[in-house]
Amino acid sequence: MKKLFVILSLVLLPLAGFANEGEVELESANIDLTDHAAMQRGAKYFVNYCQGCHTLKYFRYERMQDFGLTKEQIKENLLFDKTKKLGALMDNNMPSEEAAKWFGTAPPDLTLTARRREGGADWIYTYLKSFYKDESRPFGVNNVVFPNVGMPHVLMELQGVQEAVVETDEHGNKHIKELKLVKPGKLSPEEYDQVAKDLATFLTHVAEPMKLQRQRIGFWVMLFLFVFFVVSFMLKKEYWKDVH
Amino acid sequence: MSSFIQWIDERFPLTKVWNEHLAQYYAPKNFNFWYFFGSLAMLVLVNQIVTGVWLTMNYKPDANLAFASVEYIMRDVNWGWLVRYLHSTGASAFFIVIYLHMFRGLIYGSYRKPRELLWIIGVIIYLAMMATAFFGYLLPWGQMSYWGAQVIVNLFSAIPVIGDDLSVWIRGDYVISDATLNRFFAFHYLLPFILAALVFIHIVALHKVGSNNPDGIEIKKGPKGNRWSDTAPADGIPFHPYYTVKDIVGVAGFLIVFLGIVFFVPEMGGRFLEHPNFEPANPLKTPPHIAPVWYFTPFYAMLRAVPSFAGTQVWGVLVMGASIVILFFLPWLDKSPVKSIRYKGMISKVMITLFVIDFLVLGYLGMLPATPGRTLVAQIGTVFYFLFFLAMPIYSKIEKTKPVPERVTQ
Amino acid sequence: MSAQGVDLKKRRMLITATAGVGAVGVGFALVPFISYWQPSARAKALGAPEEADISKLEEGALLRVKWRGKVCWIVNRSEQMLKDLKENTDHLLDPDSEAPQQPDYCKNWHRSIKPKYWVAVGICTHLGCSPTYRPDVAPADLGPEWKGGFFCPCHGSKFDLAGRVFKGVPAPKNLVVPPHKYLSDTRILIGEDAGGAA
Repeated sequence: MKKLFVILSLVLLPLAGFANEGEVELESANIDLTDHAAMQRGAKYFVNYCQGCHTLKYFRYERMQDFGLTKEQIKENLLFDKTKKLGALMDNNMPSEEAAKWFGTAPPDLTLTARRREGGADWIYTYLKSFYKDESRPFGVNNVVFPNVGMPHVLMELQGVQEAVVETDEHGNKHIKELKLVKPGKLSPEEYDQVAKDLATFLTHVAEPMKLQRQRIGFWVMLFLFVFFVVSFMLKKEYWKDVH
Repeated sequence: MSSFIQWIDERFPLTKVWNEHLAQYYAPKNFNFWYFFGSLAMLVLVNQIVTGVWLTMNYKPDANLAFASVEYIMRDVNWGWLVRYLHSTGASAFFIVIYLHMFRGLIYGSYRKPRELLWIIGVIIYLAMMATAFFGYLLPWGQMSYWGAQVIVNLFSAIPVIGDDLSVWIRGDYVISDATLNRFFAFHYLLPFILAALVFIHIVALHKVGSNNPDGIEIKKGPKGNRWSDTAPADGIPFHPYYTVKDIVGVAGFLIVFLGIVFFVPEMGGRFLEHPNFEPANPLKTPPHIAPVWYFTPFYAMLRAVPSFAGTQVWGVLVMGASIVILFFLPWLDKSPVKSIRYKGMISKVMITLFVIDFLVLGYLGMLPATPGRTLVAQIGTVFYFLFFLAMPIYSKIEKTKPVPERVTQ
Repeated sequence: MSAQGVDLKKRRMLITATAGVGAVGVGFALVPFISYWQPSARAKALGAPEEADISKLEEGALLRVKWRGKVCWIVNRSEQMLKDLKENTDHLLDPDSEAPQQPDYCKNWHRSIKPKYWVAVGICTHLGCSPTYRPDVAPADLGPEWKGGFFCPCHGSKFDLAGRVFKGVPAPKNLVVPPHKYLSDTRILIGEDAGGAA
């Protein structure tokens, strides 16, 4: 058995061990996938602030029941297009060619962002907090996590305006040292952090809605397999008494 | 029941096959941990075929639909996520199991006479597996799928004169496209059945020559007579029930690790399911860093380690091809008087240890973006990879070996 | 192979235990693969209850609605038609709708919630063709006894205007009445009733 672990760690460790190669240090969102209230708020922010341009085209409205909403709540508060059924996918009505004309590139679908980005929820959280004023960009903002991002800061009214504090190193290269809030928004920084965290929680859930179910089933599968291992090991031991 | 069996036996050699290959097939009694991986490889192959067939029921091999159909399976189809994770994790598990199986053959000299053909069939199986995995990796139609296939197919364009035409022919288009996806899907579905047939041939060959063992002793040449039969090798035990019950334990242990990954870390930190592959294929945008899936990276590292030369990059492709082809010659490169590492000399032990480290380091380098320093390490690694094989006729012959015992040791 | 020192009883017990646990495992492993064939979330979303507006449905007319990919009919029956349904039952196989081809609240002589409006799945209970609506009384091809109903072109099954099957035709049962409810006087929801979605 000891050998087994040595071999497994030999094989698996170099595969699992790789660092986040992104250049920006991500802030930990510290999300909790059992926090239904956070997901419900995140869903509300998403349909109000994001869905104008972005879709969740693999996610069905009805699946929001998974985090505690009722059919009626979803229909009344989150499903704006009344011709759509509850089982519809969370599309929007912006044709992507039009969108590409407005933004230079079509706004991506966000269903899988939390799995697409290394860092997952932390990436989304940090991204939402990292917009800063940059007049050279078409929408007047840039983003530390996603340089030259092609979208406006839609949550600016909540967060306010941030400016970049730039420092120059000995080689003359400019680095963004930190972001400073120069004009407060409707929310305090703590409240805004909570909004970013709620959206990160919601989008992480959306990226893999069956994650918790998967782990719950996995627990029982493991338990079963340990029983099977013990029984079959006893059988093997009994038969191998014959072999000298 | 017995009359039913008799009815069958008159028409089909059921009892005969059962006895010859299980109940009266005598395998050496000293198999250790490393001997689990053959049966486990078959288990994983069955898993891949069954889950694969089930995925096909909802997968659409169409550039416009493929990515969405995978997400459809993951979200909308009942238990689709489990079937998909079993398949994606199974691909990696297959290579882990096969690498360990090959390592077993390497250390105990299971490729030596009379098992040369057995080894060669095994290498062909490995090649078929690589092809299957390569074709399959395009199917989710994510960014990594797309650009990985793009890079590998472009290797063929390095071939002088016909290269460019050949790569266009393979793709059926000027870039990886719907046509490519369709033909890769066809092959990804076909090859596993060829693989299964090859496994059958592999086992036929194995049962002709009998299993090797950690001591590298031919039990058939040793004394006869054991508690089950007077004519069977003294060091042999019937495969059934002894190794069937042992393999069941192996299966249980394997499933704990395998299903542990499936249920708790199916992405394996971005190694088994890679982050960029959650973004649909986009022919206009290459991801910042592309690398093949981990099981191809040792060979990819060797490919990159070889510089362009005389105006062509064909050398890297040749080196990569040679790194596989050389495996076919292994039975004739080993000149040692003994088979097993247990009785080989110090040089062989050091070389095999270094070879394993070398393979892992190459695999690790193949995942990372190339830098001059890493390329140098990869070059050294590539040289050593070939040195291990090419110098084997010398070091396996000159080194001092230990005496091999008459009978197997426990 | 009863070599000495072998505890056969213990071996049998352990074989039974391993085989038993293994069989349970195989059983559980089959569940996902069988369940995989059930309608997916998409099929269920597309098969969700369907609303129909009957405000413009004239007397004697038939409205077709698609629910779960199947054609559903809503017929607005006239006084005369209802009278015929009530009186003309001798030639029917199951005039009182004993077979469970309808929700309990439609197990009555008119096989509907309100006598006037009849909702049904328009698929023949024989082999699944969609019968033709024949409201005309005593046409040449269906004979003088015909009071209006449905005629299946595939194998000649006949149903009356409540979907009750005639005697001596291939179809064995009355047409199916799906679960449905009135959202208002002019809007019917097919596929869901007071007991929830079908």
